Amino acid sequence: MLKAHGITKTFGEGPSRTVALRDVDLSVDYGEMLYIVGPSGSGKTTLLSIISGILRPDAGQVVVKDRDIWTLDSDALAGFRLQTIGFVFQDYHLFPRLTTTENVAIPLILRRESWEQSLAQARRTLRIVGLETKEGLPPYKLSGGEKQRVAIARAIVSEPDLLVLDEPTASLDGETGRMIVSFVKENILNAHRAIVIVTHDSRIYEYATRVVRMEDGHIIPGGG
Amino acid sequence: MSGLLRIALKLLLNDRGKFVTLVIGITFSAFLMTQMTSMFSGILHQSAANIINVGAKMWVMDPAVETPQNSIPLPNYVLDAVRSIPGVKFAVPLYIGAGLVKLDDGTYQAATIIGLDDATLFGRPTMIAGHILDIYKNNAFIMVKDANYPKLNSPRIGTSFEINDHRAVVVGLAHTAIPGLFGLPTLYTTYTRATEDLPPTRYQISYILVEPKSRTDILPIEAAVHHLGYLALTDREFIARNDRFYEFKTGMGTNILMMTLISFFVGLSIAGETFYMFILDNVEHFGALKAIGAKSRELIQMIVFQALVVGFLGFGFGVLLSSGMIALAKLKIPNYAAMVTYLTLVLALVMVLIISIFSSYIGIRKVTRIDPFDVFRG
Repeated sequence: MLKAHGITKTFGEGPSRTVALRDVDLSVDYGEMLYIVGPSGSGKTTLLSIISGILRPDAGQVVVKDRDIWTLDSDALAGFRLQTIGFVFQDYHLFPRLTTTENVAIPLILRRESWEQSLAQARRTLRIVGLETKEGLPPYKLSGGEKQRVAIARAIVSEPDLLVLDEPTASLDGETGRMIVSFVKENILNAHRAIVIVTHDSRIYEYATRVVRMEDGHIIPGGG
Repeated sequence: MSGLLRIALKLLLNDRGKFVTLVIGITFSAFLMTQMTSMFSGILHQSAANIINVGAKMWVMDPAVETPQNSIPLPNYVLDAVRSIPGVKFAVPLYIGAGLVKLDDGTYQAATIIGLDDATLFGRPTMIAGHILDIYKNNAFIMVKDANYPKLNSPRIGTSFEINDHRAVVVGLAHTAIPGLFGLPTLYTTYTRATEDLPPTRYQISYILVEPKSRTDILPIEAAVHHLGYLALTDREFIARNDRFYEFKTGMGTNILMMTLISFFVGLSIAGETFYMFILDNVEHFGALKAIGAKSRELIQMIVFQALVVGFLGFGFGVLLSSGMIALAKLKIPNYAAMVTYLTLVLALVMVLIISIFSSYIGIRKVTRIDPFDVFRG
């Protein structure tokens, strides 16, 4: 469902120029839970941003569901992300002044679905992640694991084809982290969806269907 | 309301501290701006009291006259000359002057004396007690019952006092549209008695009141009076001339303008700073929205909407507060010179909108510059 070819990305100019990605190829299929792992600065977050249509590469091509996403203009690309990709950010980025239900409903509201329908769908999704009792609470009243599940609910509420998670266990203790990733694999992953997770938490590698290892802007052949 | 605007509203309302600070800041600013401009409007309105109360369509005066209070007497031949101008239906003299009233208790009170043309009583007030024709009785004066009426010990019909050492008898009480600016009681009498009782100058006509035959005659009459070396103005033109005097030839206009601008900048700084802090608090979340798929124009809509909500709320509370204060002040001081007009409201609204636009602009600049990649990068 996703093919990236020849991705190159540099930051800065002159002496401060840094090559983050060098001619990277990557493919992800439906039903896959792919981990991108590697040390800090290896380029995994940059790669995740490029394949999810957030960061424009200097060279290369990203094809998602047969569309070359970097040929789209910014509005079309935003619309494509909204329709196709669900995001789980490392720091969750939940609005503290909204309830969990309203936070989860945001992608649907951005899709111009009605307020009532969006909230109803958000409540159903919160039930899927086991947070039906937390519907009316603001995020600051939730534990780290609960916040992560709200972020996952927000990412899947619009039923995206591709789910991307950036360091999903970074702010969680080992047990909670494993529970979250296990939950994602058992309940969110299916034959019509692909999941890409950037992590350097080796405790959760066992849940991956495939692991690619990055170092210095390269994918190491056979590194998984 | 669209879901996005609902989200924007909830983000704003649920951040109670900043929301209240924003609304209070703009309320304070709108209150001061409305109060200042309303005071000035009231002053301008009351300074034109004689023009409005007399109600003549055209006024002939010396070209040096700038306000109705400061008339320069005209020679009698001007009245005849004006009457002979084609298009003049009729023209009558008017006397406006100040007299010194000696009250029963021996104290003195200055008063405005208006002398109406004996033949027509053109420009007479609305009677509320007595009959207008009683003005022809000996020493007769008609007292205006307004906020300054008690200053002459609230005289009744039959009360007598002295005006400039002449006996005066109150034969009626009258009502006029607005009280004068300077807090003086007003007495109406005939033109002849006014010019007899008050210290005479070489010329005695303060103004000539003109009734044109039709509106099309106004310009030719103005030109003909100009040819005589005098000035003819319609009532509106005279009011505008009076306004210009207070706006530009006294310090009043400048002071009011400065106070209004200070109020504007106070509101601008409070609202701008607080709104910027509000955006800063949410900037990463806006970045996350962008990453999820929100377009920049949707985020701009949210921010503009939030700024307009606090702007309109602050404007409403500010105007309410200002109107309440003015109403309260008028209960205690009946001739308090302040009035909320459409112009003062529009002016305050425009300034509040500028505050809202400025506040949202700095927020929009911040949000449109967020790169969603920064949300990933942390």
